[in-house]
Amino acid sequence: MIRSITQLKPAEEIEQLLDGMGRVFIIGCGTCVTMTRTGGLPEVEAMKDELSEKGKVITGTTVVPVACDNLTGEILKELQSMIKQADALLIMTCAYGVQTIARQINKIVIPALNTLFIGKETGASEFNEVCSQCGTCIIGETGGICPVTACHKGLVNGPCGGTNNGKCEIDSNKDCAWTMIYNRLSELGRLDLMRNYQKPRNHLGEPSPGKFMIPT
Amino acid sequence: MPSAFKKALDSGKFVVTCEAAPSKGTNLEKMTHHIELLKDKVDAMNVTDHQSSVMRFPSLGGALLVKELGGEPILQMTCRDRNRMALQADLMFASSRGVHNVLCLTGDSVMLGDHKEAKPVFDLDSSQLLAAVRTMEKGRDMSGNELDGGVRFCAGAIVTPEADPIEPQLIKFEKKLEAGAEFIQTQAVYDMDNFKKFMEYARQFPVKILAGIILLTSAPMARFMNKNVAGVTVPQDLIDEMKSAPKGGALNKGIEIAGRMVRQIKEENICDGVHIMAIGKEEKVVDIMEAAGLL
Repeated sequence: MIRSITQLKPAEEIEQLLDGMGRVFIIGCGTCVTMTRTGGLPEVEAMKDELSEKGKVITGTTVVPVACDNLTGEILKELQSMIKQADALLIMTCAYGVQTIARQINKIVIPALNTLFIGKETGASEFNEVCSQCGTCIIGETGGICPVTACHKGLVNGPCGGTNNGKCEIDSNKDCAWTMIYNRLSELGRLDLMRNYQKPRNHLGEPSPGKFMIPT
Repeated sequence: MPSAFKKALDSGKFVVTCEAAPSKGTNLEKMTHHIELLKDKVDAMNVTDHQSSVMRFPSLGGALLVKELGGEPILQMTCRDRNRMALQADLMFASSRGVHNVLCLTGDSVMLGDHKEAKPVFDLDSSQLLAAVRTMEKGRDMSGNELDGGVRFCAGAIVTPEADPIEPQLIKFEKKLEAGAEFIQTQAVYDMDNFKKFMEYARQFPVKILAGIILLTSAPMARFMNKNVAGVTVPQDLIDEMKSAPKGGALNKGIEIAGRMVRQIKEENICDGVHIMAIGKEEKVVDIMEAAGLL
C-alpha cells in the first residue's frame, strides 16, 4: 500500500496563514492522514481546540472518507451552511486532498500539513519513499531498487564518497541506496549490472506537470 | 600539449599536490598568500568547489588566480550546483583560459553546508562528468552538437580507500577510470597497511594515484573526523600520538605525522604521489613537505 506522507506545519505558520480570518472550518481525511495521525479525527479535534483557544471561531469540522476522491465535493455540499460561515477552510489532508477541495469549493483553502512524499509501507509504522515517478525507470538494472529516489543525490552510477557503514551522509538512519543495490545484486549474482555505465538521466520523461488521458 | 601537471604525472616523479581554498568573500589576500607560498613547491594546487557545501568564491575564479600567479591549478568541479549545461560551459571557459586540469566530483550534500535550503542539482554524477570531458575533447557537446573549439583536460577523480563497505566504492572507482579518469586523489588515508592493500588492487589499472593526506591539528579534530567524515578513519595509535604532544605542540605533532606518512609513501613507492590537505592551515604544507624530506 502507498500512502501520502504528511507533517503538521508549525503552529506559527498556520497562525500566519489564518491571519485576519476569524471563522474557520476544519477538514480532515479518513485515509492516509488518519493512518499517519496527522489529519484524522483526533488531530482535527485537537486543532479545533487549539484554534478556539487562540480566539478563532470554528464554524464546524468534518473528516471526509477520502479527501482526494471527487466525491468529496458532494460530501462537503451537505455541510454547506457551516462552510459558508467560514472565512477559510483549514485542511488537514495531503496536498492532493487540499487541491481536490479547492477545485470544488469556492473558498480560500489553508493547508495545515506539508506533503512530504508518497510512501511505501515497508514495515510496522514505517514508510519509505521508493519511487519519484521520474518517467524513465532504470530499476531493471539495479535489482529493483530505485537509486534516483533511494539515493539522496539520485546517483545512477554507484555510491558517492559520503556513504558510511551502509548509511547515507545526511542521516545515519537512512540506508545508502548503493549499498542496498550492491547487496541485492550480489545476492542475485548480477554485480555485472552495477558495472554498466548509466548515461546521464533523461529529465524529459514526462515534462512537469504530468498529464494523462485514458486512451479511448 | 599536456598540462604541466600531466607532464609531472607522466614523468614518474613523486607528485605533490595541495589545496588552495577559496575565500568566503572577495578578499583574496589569504588565498593569494597561500598560492604564492606553495606554487613553486608543489606540482599543482586543487581549487575546491564550495567545499563541504559552504558557498565561497568560485573554484573557477580561484583556478584563474592560481594561473595568474604562475601556479598550476586543478579545477575541482562538483555536480552539486550546476546542471550539464552549466558544467559544460564552465569546462569550456576553464579550458579557454588555460586551466587544463579538472577533478570531477559528485559533491557533498547541500544539507551539510551553509545554504541548506538550496536546490541540489546532481544532474550528472562524477563518472558522467568525466565522460562529458572526454566527449567535449572530441569536439562535441553532450548532445552531440559540434563545438567550435573543443576543450583539453587532464581529468581526475577521487576514491575512498577506507570506505565501509569498500566493494561498491571499487566498482564506482573502475567506472570512473572507464569514463576517462587519468589520475586519482584519494580521500584521507592514515592506515598505511590498509592503503597498501588498496594499492595492490589499484596497481592493475593504468591510472596515477595520489594519496590523500589530511593534516591532523589535534586529537579532538582526529576524533571529530572519525565521527563525522565518511570514509576517514584515524587509527587510535595516531590519536594517542597526537595526545602525547606537549601543550601547544599538537599542530607540530600533526605535521610530523603527515610528513612521516608522505615520506613512507615515497620511500616505499606505495603510490605515485600525495595530495596534501591542510584544511585552513595551507601554509603548513611547506612544513609537511620539509618533514617528509621533499624540500
